[in-house]
Amino acid sequence: MGDLIGKSVKRVEDNRFLKGEGKYTDDFNMPNQTFAVYVRSPHAHANLVSVDISAAKAMDGVINVFTGKDIKDAGIVGSICGWQVDFKNGDTMKEPGHPILAVDKVRHVGDAVALVIAEDIGKAKDAAGAVEVNFEVLDAIVDPKAAVQDGAPQVHDDVPNNTIFDWELGNKDETDAAFENAHHITELSYHNQKLVPNAIEPRAALAYFDSNDEKYTLYTTSQNPHLARLIIAAFVLSIPEHKLRVIAPDVGGGFGSKINTYNDECGVLWASKQIGRPVKWTADRTEAFFTDSHGRDHVTDAKLALDADGNITGLRTKTYASLGAYLSNFSTCVPTYLHGTLMQGLYTTPAVHVDVTAVVTNTVPVDALRGAGRPEASYCVERLVETAAREIGMDPAEFRLKNFIPPFDGVKQPGYQTQVALQYDSGNYEGALKKALKNANYEKLKEERSAARSDGKLMGIGFSTYIEACGIAPSAVVGSLGARVGLYDAASIRVHPTGKVTMYVGAHSHGQGHETTFAQIVADSFGIGMDDVNVIHGDTENVPFGMGTYGSRSLAVCGSAIMKSVDKVKEKGARIAAHKLECSPEDLEFANGSWNVKGTEKSVGFGDVALTAYVPHDYPENEEPGLDFVSFYDPVNFVYPFGAHICVVEVDKETGEVKIVRYIAVDDAGNIINPMIVEGQVHGGVAHGIGQALYEGAVYDDSGQLLNASMMDYCIPRADNMPFFETDHTVTPCPHNPLGVKGIGEAGTIGSTPAVVNAVIDALSDYGVKDLQMPLLPQRVWAAMQQAK
Amino acid sequence: MKVSMTVNGTAYEHDVEPRTLLVQHLRENMGLTGTHVGCDTSSCGACTIIVNGDTVKSCTLLAVQSDGAEIKTIEGMATNGELHPIQESFREKHGLQCGFCTPGMVMSSWQLLERNPNPSEDEIRHAIEGNFCRCTGYHNIIKAVQDAATKI
Repeated sequence: MGDLIGKSVKRVEDNRFLKGEGKYTDDFNMPNQTFAVYVRSPHAHANLVSVDISAAKAMDGVINVFTGKDIKDAGIVGSICGWQVDFKNGDTMKEPGHPILAVDKVRHVGDAVALVIAEDIGKAKDAAGAVEVNFEVLDAIVDPKAAVQDGAPQVHDDVPNNTIFDWELGNKDETDAAFENAHHITELSYHNQKLVPNAIEPRAALAYFDSNDEKYTLYTTSQNPHLARLIIAAFVLSIPEHKLRVIAPDVGGGFGSKINTYNDECGVLWASKQIGRPVKWTADRTEAFFTDSHGRDHVTDAKLALDADGNITGLRTKTYASLGAYLSNFSTCVPTYLHGTLMQGLYTTPAVHVDVTAVVTNTVPVDALRGAGRPEASYCVERLVETAAREIGMDPAEFRLKNFIPPFDGVKQPGYQTQVALQYDSGNYEGALKKALKNANYEKLKEERSAARSDGKLMGIGFSTYIEACGIAPSAVVGSLGARVGLYDAASIRVHPTGKVTMYVGAHSHGQGHETTFAQIVADSFGIGMDDVNVIHGDTENVPFGMGTYGSRSLAVCGSAIMKSVDKVKEKGARIAAHKLECSPEDLEFANGSWNVKGTEKSVGFGDVALTAYVPHDYPENEEPGLDFVSFYDPVNFVYPFGAHICVVEVDKETGEVKIVRYIAVDDAGNIINPMIVEGQVHGGVAHGIGQALYEGAVYDDSGQLLNASMMDYCIPRADNMPFFETDHTVTPCPHNPLGVKGIGEAGTIGSTPAVVNAVIDALSDYGVKDLQMPLLPQRVWAAMQQAK
Repeated sequence: MKVSMTVNGTAYEHDVEPRTLLVQHLRENMGLTGTHVGCDTSSCGACTIIVNGDTVKSCTLLAVQSDGAEIKTIEGMATNGELHPIQESFREKHGLQCGFCTPGMVMSSWQLLERNPNPSEDEIRHAIEGNFCRCTGYHNIIKAVQDAATKI
């Protein structure tokens, strides 16, 4: 390896973004293009009595208007769920259909009822306003726990008690025994509130059908274009997969919301064939609030059992998880396999039991949102742990250090088998916490807190020590758990005759900086410059295959596929080099951009070998020309990043406003390719988690109206809400992938939310406030102080 | 309605529907797609441009209201392919990830530094609080503006 890996190389993708020359989906246009607008339900739950499109269809510039009946008559069922989680008793998961346009009923505000196509966007909007829909409004259900009660409004006729499945993990009997024998039990009940992703770029699609070769093209805001192609071709529209090209160009943030293949995009693709012209659709922001899959929405009761010495002896949770009105692509695995499996946290807890009931409600569908299940798990565990420490009068850091799983590297010491299915790969949890304590200067911080309190100021310190499972995932394992896809990734490396390299990767970059990080890996591996490598992603027509970017998997999974292709290039290159040097490949070692005969000065460069591969005049016998390899990598395990976050807050006594004074993060994502990019991921992740703790939350009324469906009303963290973050890391390499890397895209979010809430509760401890419901809005904090007075 | 304006030094004249938004006009009629639309409500700042020397959110201004205006968009910030010092600082300090908010961020930073060449951290945070970024947590954006202030 050369010296690029581990360096904060500036990003190669930045220039186009900085000059306004990035190309996002809405920036593309096609000749003869039309514009689509969806007519959406203003009601959360209603029977669709009639949809009258006659007036709209007759309007100037309107090309066509489609209804649910048109799409149903075409035999199209709508988007699908990609993960089957069955009931505890073995009954099959309930899987209600999700039509592209509603046929007989609407089930959330924003459910689409008609699709208008017109010559320009203004005319399309005018016509959408002229579609007359007659609704018979029904009672709605919003609360996940209330949804299962007898008599609750039924979202789908074929889903009794709105229950999609119930599910459990861990050992119930042992956990029950732990609680029976407990010296102390800590209890929390909370709503991990529903969040709206709010990537700043709204979802969009530009669809085109070419009748000459019967081929569809879809430009779309996707984190995983190949999966979109597979879902659309094989399941939603039933078109031959080779007749669909999906392009996900520059994408303005995803955070999970652009994993899914949405009905809206499928609808315009279908319509483009019906009208024989390209169709463009771009969501406006309120539409994004109504259609982008939301996150979280867990109602949870959680308990932690301790013995007399302050050892954790058991953990038990019961969660009602809303999946919204329909099952989004990965909705079902989020509250189960991405949540229940993390409930042991970093601790040696000998008995864990997790119980989840997944329900439908009259709300926007819920799916992965930055962290996807793991933030819900870390919130549960880290709030419990901190509360327990407080209750037994032990320092929260000391309590954690006492209960941590001891360090293990996964090589000399085996991986750690938890009570909830996972085997952690490697970890040094006390190492991360001790470093965070040192960076925070914890002893001094505690003195400052005492001094502040003597001055009447409400200063608080909160901790969170998290673990997460990412790099999803071994296909056979997830398959056995109900996944309907494999979760490998692919990368192709094409060495050109002049020794330059183009790589085609299945991961998709929408802010992660793959064009830089991946180039660093390959340039270093071949001893060539960053400028000699080009990274292509986001187009099913030239990338061999891939499962895209989510679950912090790009480097751990796609990066490993890249390394497999690197190895193949080096192996073949060694055979060509050996022929040129008249030695055997075993006599060669690759270093500094050339194959060198060990113990001699003889060598042949990477460029020479590349040229020889394509101009094979003097060439090894039986060797194919060319230097071009594709590799698929299926991970052997998840990877398990972890870290320790410390948040310091000050609460305004008069207003209840929370100010983050310091934020100290020590994260361990294994080996680091580009520290600058890793830090940036931590910053953004932490901000997202702070957003949940302090500001964000979808607010529904009882009728199912989403009351804050705009950026004016939904509080996204702003620059003046955030502090500078004090980031640092420890390095515990992953033992099972070639780069020794874990993942960092979601870690900040998973770690931060409980740290912030714990800090605020610490600040209010003199008031006797023991719990607060997120988001910790000033009025909520203020009211808690008044109540406690 | 006829509307004419100078954008990044080039004079344009178009016939537009009265309801055309300025951002729509820039993106669709002039092909200047560097200015983005994130929210439609003047909240996110992705559409921030400079109109007659002041930053303006172009999603809440009609094209016809800008008749005769002198406009600068992100496409006009670099000179002969050379990044403006603010753009350079954003690159240097990793002040962008997905890049969608970046044009608006650069324009708001430009306005701040024009009015206040040596802003404090608080002043920078206040000046860009009308520009949302979901990727960076603002940390490196603030660092970038601080860095740019030393260069301009």
